[in-house]
Amino acid sequence: MKIPFYYILRNFFARKLTASITIVGVALVVFVFAAVLMMAYGVEKALISTGSDENAIITRKGSNNEISSIIDLQTANELSTLKGIAKDAQGKVVVSYEVATVINLDKKSGGMSNVSVRGVSPQVFVLRPGVKLAQGTWFRSGSREIVVGKQTNARFQGAALGDKVKFGGDFWTIVGIMDANGSAFDSEMWVDVEQLRGAYKRDAYSSMTFKFTSKDDLETMKSKISGDPRLNQMEVEIERSFFEKQSEALAMFLRVLGLVVTIIFSVGAMIGAMITMYTSVANRTVEIGTLRALGFRRGAVLFAFLFESLMLSLVGGVSGLILASGLTFFSISTMNFSSFSELAFSFAMSPSIIITSLLFAILMGFVGGVLPSWRASRMKIVDSLRGA
Amino acid sequence: MTTAIKVENVSKTYTRDKMSVPVLNNVSIEIPEGEFVALMGPSGSGKTTLLNLIAGIDRPTGGRVSVQGEDIGTMNESSLAKWRSRNIGFIFQFYNLIPVLTAYENVELPLMLTPLSKAQRKQQVETSLAIVGLADRMKHTPNQLSGGQQQRVAIARAIATDPNIIVADEPTGDLDKKSALEIMTLLERLNKEFGKTIIMVTHDPSAAEHAHIVRHLDKGDLLPEGA
Ligand SMILES: Nc1ncnc2c1ncn2[C@@H]1O[C@H](COP(=O)(O)OP(=O)(O)OP(=O)(O)O)[C@@H](O)[C@H]1O
Ligand SMILES: [Mg+2]
Repeated sequence: MKIPFYYILRNFFARKLTASITIVGVALVVFVFAAVLMMAYGVEKALISTGSDENAIITRKGSNNEISSIIDLQTANELSTLKGIAKDAQGKVVVSYEVATVINLDKKSGGMSNVSVRGVSPQVFVLRPGVKLAQGTWFRSGSREIVVGKQTNARFQGAALGDKVKFGGDFWTIVGIMDANGSAFDSEMWVDVEQLRGAYKRDAYSSMTFKFTSKDDLETMKSKISGDPRLNQMEVEIERSFFEKQSEALAMFLRVLGLVVTIIFSVGAMIGAMITMYTSVANRTVEIGTLRALGFRRGAVLFAFLFESLMLSLVGGVSGLILASGLTFFSISTMNFSSFSELAFSFAMSPSIIITSLLFAILMGFVGGVLPSWRASRMKIVDSLRGA
Repeated sequence: MTTAIKVENVSKTYTRDKMSVPVLNNVSIEIPEGEFVALMGPSGSGKTTLLNLIAGIDRPTGGRVSVQGEDIGTMNESSLAKWRSRNIGFIFQFYNLIPVLTAYENVELPLMLTPLSKAQRKQQVETSLAIVGLADRMKHTPNQLSGGQQQRVAIARAIATDPNIIVADEPTGDLDKKSALEIMTLLERLNKEFGKTIIMVTHDPSAAEHAHIVRHLDKGDLLPEGA
């Protein structure tokens, strides 16, 4: 590059108004773009953090969620004797037998939505040490009491401490609020699994989650299950990857929706950048002719204008990202198709979102700038000098 | 005396909206090295066009332009660009300085195309600005300078790379009498003291007086000397 960089830079700053408008346009598009990616990533993060790498979950084969999975009591009993399940100090297996169901509650923001109710065994606290009591007490086994996740507590009516919730033909009292550290459990309600089973008169669990002794033991267990005709309807999977899979559909949906929206917006931003750059070329026709007369090549002119456009979009991109990073302080909720219930999560930023957004911004600057820059560099010197 | 510029049977036709407009008809002129030539003539007679052909920023429709023995018509675009940066200094009616650059940076611009180091460029810029008497205005941008001062910066830019030939298209056309005289004195000095070959287009008879040779164009024809 022979045209000095400060020439590009000063022209960039010389056109404050048009440049700012373009920057704002690009910034808004990048903001939306990044926000969507942050949303999808937030969903993934919430669901992935729900599962642990040290736990495994058993569900019925072919049921890709807990609600549609059924494990009858006898099979559950059978499974709990298999080698590979860790035991606690008292020699009890670390297993939580769980029943997953969904109830309908009024949202504070209006309308109704589904909330997951999860019946859990006492061993659940050994399995999921990340879930902590934030207020009140844990439910006592044998009583119809609920501990609500903090997001359910915040977003639904009648989900406060002391409130009674009706389902399974009975009233259940909320005795505690739990903090599950941003995971999907924050959007659930936990109760004693045997009480829930009783209320719904079910002879089966939905799933079993257990701590496994080692990866090798888990593999042995898997082959044992698939080799046993009484158990081979069941499937064992590491808990984290189970929830990770559940996040895929929703995250993909958010990404696709978001991309469609941002692509439409970005057309506007690119046209904005193009107008700015065409104006810039038109205002500097004589200047371009002069540079060329002095001996600067077409390529140098092309580069200078294209670079100016890229700078506009990069500044816009960075501003959009700074705006978007403010979203990490917010959490929102959406329907999770995998569990048919409301899932609350926070916008989450990642290095790959930063890079993708900046590349997207640069792409807008390139597309908007390439035609005007091309035109600038193609003009005949005598025509440019005449200001044509 | 060697010939600096040789224009042989040059014609130029512009095509606009499928209409051919003949602008120069069979123009031939030889300009010896170190000459100071003024081109005069009515508006639209082809003065700027002829100047542009000599300076290598336009190509003739017919004929040949040789500068310092080189046929510039045979050069491709990029060698022609390089050739201009070494051999031609440009002075325009409206100065054509880059508004966002200071006087110093404007003068340094053509030097960016040379292999000179930053320190060497600095020396060239300072010398050029000293010659035009603006050593104290290096940090000023064009809009902080008067028209006459801007044209002097433009002259400094034209001589920064020390080219042999200077082309000036109505260099005093936008200036008051006093500034115009300063510019003409400067050009005369460049011609006498530094041996630059100067071709200047002008409408102003008092500017033309500073040249040694005055030639007239009329409707694309170069009138005989002394006409
Ligand atoms: N790039 C171009 N494209 C089309 N026509 C042109 C072009 N440059 C010049 N012309 C036409 O050629 C003719 C001569 O133009 P030129 O600029 O050489 O005249 P001039 O003698 O310099 O006039 P003036 O004194 O007004 O500057 C004019 O009719 C002009 O319209
Ligand atoms: Mg002219």
